[in-house]
This record gives sequence, structure tokens and C-alpha cells, in this order.
Amino acid sequence: MAHMAEGGSRPVQILERLGQAITAKILRLGFAARFLFYLVLHSGVAFRRFGLTIREIYFAGVLSLIIILVSGLFVGMVLGLQGYETLQRYGSSEALGILVALSLVRELGPVVAGLLFASRAGSAITAEIGLMKATEQIAAMEMMAVDPIARVVAPRFWAGVISMPLLAALFSAMGIFGGYLVAVQLIGVDEGAFWSQMQAAVDVREDILNGVIKSIVFGVAVSWIAVFEGYDAPPTAEGVSGATTRTVVTSSLAILALDFVLTALMFAGGNA
Amino acid sequence: MKRSTIDAWVGAFVALGLAGLLFLALKVGNLASFSTDQTYQVQARFANIGGLKVRAPVKSAGVVVGRVSEIRFDTESYEAIVSVNIGTQYQFPRDTAAKILTSGLLGEQYIGLEAGGDGVMLKSGDRLRLTQSAVVLENLISQFLFSKAAEGKDEKDAKK
Repeated sequence: MAHMAEGGSRPVQILERLGQAITAKILRLGFAARFLFYLVLHSGVAFRRFGLTIREIYFAGVLSLIIILVSGLFVGMVLGLQGYETLQRYGSSEALGILVALSLVRELGPVVAGLLFASRAGSAITAEIGLMKATEQIAAMEMMAVDPIARVVAPRFWAGVISMPLLAALFSAMGIFGGYLVAVQLIGVDEGAFWSQMQAAVDVREDILNGVIKSIVFGVAVSWIAVFEGYDAPPTAEGVSGATTRTVVTSSLAILALDFVLTALMFAGGNA
Repeated sequence: MKRSTIDAWVGAFVALGLAGLLFLALKVGNLASFSTDQTYQVQARFANIGGLKVRAPVKSAGVVVGRVSEIRFDTESYEAIVSVNIGTQYQFPRDTAAKILTSGLLGEQYIGLEAGGDGVMLKSGDRLRLTQSAVVLENLISQFLFSKAAEGKDEKDAKK
């Protein structure tokens, strides 16, 4: 009751504080959108001097390979075990290939690879840009008339956008291999049925291409959030650590929300 | 790290990623089969298509010879008009019969073609005259119950 009395005494202040929180969010979103627009406009350098982007692909993509491949393998193996458990009740364990392939290609590949990419590469990008800002390297570039967004931010953004679909495809491929290992080698599902049923059920355009589109969208979202949080981070140790955390949290939520929207657009047509 | 080392790693990474995509497209999906082949289109009318869907396979003797390309509803005759694309290497007589069948007990539905004996072959735009609709489980059960009830009545009549 105490806090209610206190709140009741200054209701206008509470309203103001609420409004301020929402206004700040909207302003930040507007800044982020403007930032993305500027970034895309000034990303000529990232392609003209492609070496810069290649370096960032190394840090974002190649160094994420191990975690992506190992997670993909294990996710596929678990799908194989769990799927078999359920499917054999209905006497259709040959459909295991379909279950593993469709769930990986449509959903788990892009989503889990996106989540891993956000925490492995997105956080690193944020921390790097944030630290460059904290140590005034960004300001130094501006002094030398080098646009830091074109020179530092754009290559990292495009490296993320390029790496993400490749990582998601590798995750799915590795997962299907893991599912094959468990289903065919361990449990003894017929190998021919496993592959042929999978091939009959997985459509290149409907399933695989939509999965790739999903992973590109996630790549844009994660890279955007990562570079923006880094660029917008308060130039202190605390600010950079907070920005890194926000990158992981925001991009994970963005991936899951976008995944719902994209799935509703792609697969809810009723002709799946 | 040296520039060439990074280039090599990134090149390997991109190649690996593209190989993964290719694996998905060719081994997991079915890009290789039935996309570039020449086809001809025939139509068939069914009173009931059950759960038949666009892109469902068309099989003859169990071999996939084509795919369903379009399903429409005819408001004149209240029938479903199913357009079917068949590979040009598979020629069928004009009096071929089309049935809607189910693969397995709960499997997907497909169109089965049974070749007739006519000397003239089907050509693009033709209509398959002989069709058999999908079996609807509810109708089957009601028929079964009806015949059971009729049997029971017969037995009663016999006892009298």
C-alpha cells in the first residue's frame, strides 16, 4: 500500500517517466534506422576494398565455423533420436529423414545458427566497435577525414550478412548428416528410404530457398543490431559491456520474432 | 595474421558454405529431378479429389511420370478439374484411366494412371475420360455401417 500512496501523490511524474522511456526507445529506433540507411549508402568502400570485408568475414564467419558445425551435428543427432522415438509409435520410422531435414532446413538451421551467430560474432563486433569508440579510434578517424562508418562499420555489417546464410546452410547440412548418423548407422533405419523420402518431401524452392531467405534476413538483423549497439555504446568499460549484452539479447529476440513473421508468410499458405 | 592466410581461410569457408547449399539442394531436395524436363498437360475431372494437392506425384505402375500442376473447381458441373503435367517421354493411350490413390494407410495422395488399349496417344490439352475419385473415409464407414444394418435386417427377416 505504501508505494501506491507514494505513486498516487505524484502521478504526473510517473506518467512522464513512462513517456520518457517510450520516447527514448522510439528515438533510438529512429537513429538505428537512419544509421542503417547511412551505412548502406556508404558501403561502397566495403566492396571496392573487398579485403576489408574479407578480413571481417574471417572473424565473423570462419571463427564461428567450429561452434556452428558441432552444434549442427548434435542438434541433428538429437532430432534423429527424438524423432525416431515418436515416429516408431506410428510405424513410420522411415519418415525420419523428412522430419530431420524439414525441421532443420525450415526452422532450426536459420534460427539456431542465427542465435549462435549473434552470441559468437555479433557480440564480438559490438565489443570491438564499442572499444574502438571508447579508445577514441573512431574520433581519430574522423579527425583524419576517414568516415568510420564506411571504413569500420560497413565491412563488419556486410561480412555478417554474407557469413550468416553460409553458416546456416552448413548448420543444416551438418544436422542432416548428424541425423543420418543416428538414424541409419545407430538405429538402423533403411538408408534408401531415409534419403529418398527426404528428397521426395523437401522442395528446393518451398523449403530450402525459404530457409536461405530466412537466414539472410537474420544475418541483416543481427549484423545491424551488432554494429549499431557498438557504434551507439557509451564510451566506457561499463557502456561497452552493456552494449554487448544488449546485442545478444536484442538480436535473439529479433531472430525469434522475425522467424514467426517469416514462417507465417512463407509456410502458412496452406499448400505445404 | 597475414593477408593471404585470411584470404585462404575465407575462401575455404565460402566454398564450404556453398558446398553445404549444394548438398541441401541436390541431396536433400529434389532439384535434379523433374524440373527441366519437357512436359505435356492433360486434364481430368473428379467428383472428389480428397486431399490431393498441387505438385502431388502422378504415377503409373508406381513410377512417377508427372506432377499435378493445377486444381480448379468447375462451377458448371460442380466437379474438380485437375491439370496434370506428364513428361513427354511417357506417352499414354487416349483411354487411360486416372484414379486418386493414397500411398500407405496415412500417406500422401497421388494420381495413378492405368494405360488403356487405344492406339491413339494422349496429346497436350486432352481430357482423361475415365476417372475414379478419392476414397473418403467417412463415406466408406457410412457405407459399411449401412451394409451391416442391411445385413442385420436380412437376418431378422430370415428368422421370421
